[in-house]
Amino acid sequence: MKKNIAGTEVDVNEEGYLTDMTQWNEAIAATIAVEEGIPTLTDKHKQVLEYLRQQQSAGVALTIRSMGKSNVVTVKELYDLFPGGPLKKSSKIAGIPKPVGCI
Amino acid sequence: MSTTDDRQPIKKISIIVSRGSLDGIYPALIMANGARMEGIEASLFFTFFGLNALADKTVDHLKVPTVGNSALNMAMPMLGMPITTPFPTWMGALPGVSAFATSLMNKEMEKLDIPPVREFLELISDSGGKIFACKLAMDMFKLKKEDLIDCVDNVLTVGQFYEESAGTGTHILFT
Repeated sequence: MKKNIAGTEVDVNEEGYLTDMTQWNEAIAATIAVEEGIPTLTDKHKQVLEYLRQQQSAGVALTIRSMGKSNVVTVKELYDLFPGGPLKKSSKIAGIPKPVGCI
Repeated sequence: MSTTDDRQPIKKISIIVSRGSLDGIYPALIMANGARMEGIEASLFFTFFGLNALADKTVDHLKVPTVGNSALNMAMPMLGMPITTPFPTWMGALPGVSAFATSLMNKEMEKLDIPPVREFLELISDSGGKIFACKLAMDMFKLKKEDLIDCVDNVLTVGQFYEESAGTGTHILFT
């Protein structure tokens, strides 16, 4: 389905995840972040989003463990940055699909 | 029939871990970590043989039991054999068979990015999950707090564990 986020028409699934990561931009990220209860995206948030998008482009399945070992962010920081569902929320804000793994 | 609106979300899970084999420990760790990933609070209460996963000297040596495990046929595909291949009980008692089954399983789990138990417990702790040891079982197995790995939050009595688990939307699971 189509949704207008921050003035841009994007394709999203029923849960609000972007289905085409190339339609993403920083304004979209900021708007989704507010919806997810994160009022401001700091530089640290943006580093995580950048890393997620790189990994997604490379076709790597994301886990909390691999994020913690990325040197971008520790597990603790990840939970602090995206409270209430670190991998799900960060993926949504980064404009990539919802992670499907259990780890 | 329930609608989306009247389905109360799970807010917290408290998992009691009473078994000390590799396969007795992992499901609880996976469920606790999965809960944290969904924003659900999680605590783990290790009692009886479950303390095998918290003692610093034993946590890295947990084994898959090959004696009295009638479901070992499940592991056969790891050896390239059909899942229906029988695994005779007497074979499980041979020296080294349990160690072999354990290393096989650890390798498969590493491929799926499932961490070793020590690292997994640290991960859950870093995720905000709580890790508790049962006081009575500690006394029984002659363990002291300093014998346990660092990420253990506390040694609790049963009453304290129930207090810790208090609140609407908490689920207590026994494994």
